[in-house]
Amino acid sequence: MTSDKSALQSNDTAEPLTVGILSLLTCIIKREWLVAFRNPGQWVNPLLFFVVVVSLFPLGVGPSPATLASIAPGVLWVSSLLAVLLSLGTLFDADYADGTLEQLVLSGQSLPLIVLGKVLVHWLLSGLPLLLVSPLLALLFNLPVASIPVLMLSLLLGTLTLSLIGSIGAALTVGLNQAGVLLSLLVLPLCVPVLIFGSSAVLAAASDLGAGGQLLILAACLLLALALAPLTAALALRIGVSGTR
Amino acid sequence: MFKWIHRFGSAPFVYRLAGLLGPWVGWLCLIVMLVGLYLGLIVAPADYEQGESYRIIYVHVPAAILSMFVYVVMAVSSAVFLIWRMKLADVVAQASAPIGASFTFLALVTGSLWGKPMWGTWWIWDGRLTSELLLLFLYFGYMALRAAIEHPQSAARAAAVLAVVGVVNIPIIHYSVEWWSTLHQPATITKIGKPSIHPSMAVPLLLMIFGFQLLYLYIVLLRTRIGILQREARTSWVANLPEIESSGANRV
Repeated sequence: MTSDKSALQSNDTAEPLTVGILSLLTCIIKREWLVAFRNPGQWVNPLLFFVVVVSLFPLGVGPSPATLASIAPGVLWVSSLLAVLLSLGTLFDADYADGTLEQLVLSGQSLPLIVLGKVLVHWLLSGLPLLLVSPLLALLFNLPVASIPVLMLSLLLGTLTLSLIGSIGAALTVGLNQAGVLLSLLVLPLCVPVLIFGSSAVLAAASDLGAGGQLLILAACLLLALALAPLTAALALRIGVSGTR
Repeated sequence: MFKWIHRFGSAPFVYRLAGLLGPWVGWLCLIVMLVGLYLGLIVAPADYEQGESYRIIYVHVPAAILSMFVYVVMAVSSAVFLIWRMKLADVVAQASAPIGASFTFLALVTGSLWGKPMWGTWWIWDGRLTSELLLLFLYFGYMALRAAIEHPQSAARAAAVLAVVGVVNIPIIHYSVEWWSTLHQPATITKIGKPSIHPSMAVPLLLMIFGFQLLYLYIVLLRTRIGILQREARTSWVANLPEIESSGANRV
């Protein structure tokens, strides 16, 4: 939070600096990227968590290839849901702790856009690595190679939706003690439709049925979340920052 | 024209109104439920396929309907609270949450008891059962978030946001039976035109649904009164209430 102050602060005038939508978004993305890049644990840990959780299943269920192939879509999807959820704790908490969040709320810029920028970077660092590593895990689980593009596409649409939905929960629990457990309780029920359609898309693709319908529903969920989640999360952030907790 | 609506923003008015309506609603609920149970458990004939065990429908269906109805009431009053900052709407939402959770739990338990003789299993991961379980978690999440935030104003507003967001699950629960055609039977009485249930069974069911709604109304009136007293505990109108003065609570 040292190199990028100039873009967000007004330049010595009483009027708040009016920033265009795109430049505000790029500014937030740059800032978030820089902060995350200097703190590799933020994006390495969820990825490691994902790989470890997925590799626990063959130990727990038994190594029979047929069983593994049949549970693979669900395992990959549930594990990525948990990994995204785990990483959500870092979305607003560090900024809340050092006061940056308060400044962002007070900056006079559009808070939903700021939230959207933060969520996009959060997804680039938590969702995208899962997406990239998933083909490897799918092969280890004996999923048919033909279903891997569907798996990746469903994870692309799904993890972005999960990050957006999760931002609402993260904003509601910002600054609370034991926010992690509460966050899971709040967000998991809302994530279930994404989970259902995501894993059923992969399941359909693995048994040579078309997965087009499920993918379209996932895309619809994504659009809905993209439109509404930043607004809701911004409202929740205002509540969280204004109240004395 | 809408001046009367402002009276519902006044805590003493709503407190007295709830106190006035409460006993009437309570007695009406008792009568409707007793008649409904008599017609349902004794007068109505046994089902041709399911025998006597179908009679749990008279508890299961009303509880399931109320579990969703209460959530919608909670979400609407939360939205009213967020938009117009009407504090009493928040009292109603807070009062509704545990009631809704209880109805959801009752629907799950009775469904499970009904499932054992009919489907041969206590539980099946079917669309409606799973989404009803999620509704229970939504209620728990609402109450947990409220409990976790110390500042009452922040807690009320954050929980209201959550209640409004969670309402997306209601259509999912309602249509789950049609989307995933698994074990759970489709709706019995909502079919317009050609109901799939005989009047001798439908009338007690409708009475029971009405009775459950009255029960909800009765409990929510009681809990709203308590909620108002808790929030307004330091005001003079509460201290001057005859029931508070006579109990001597305000002398502490």
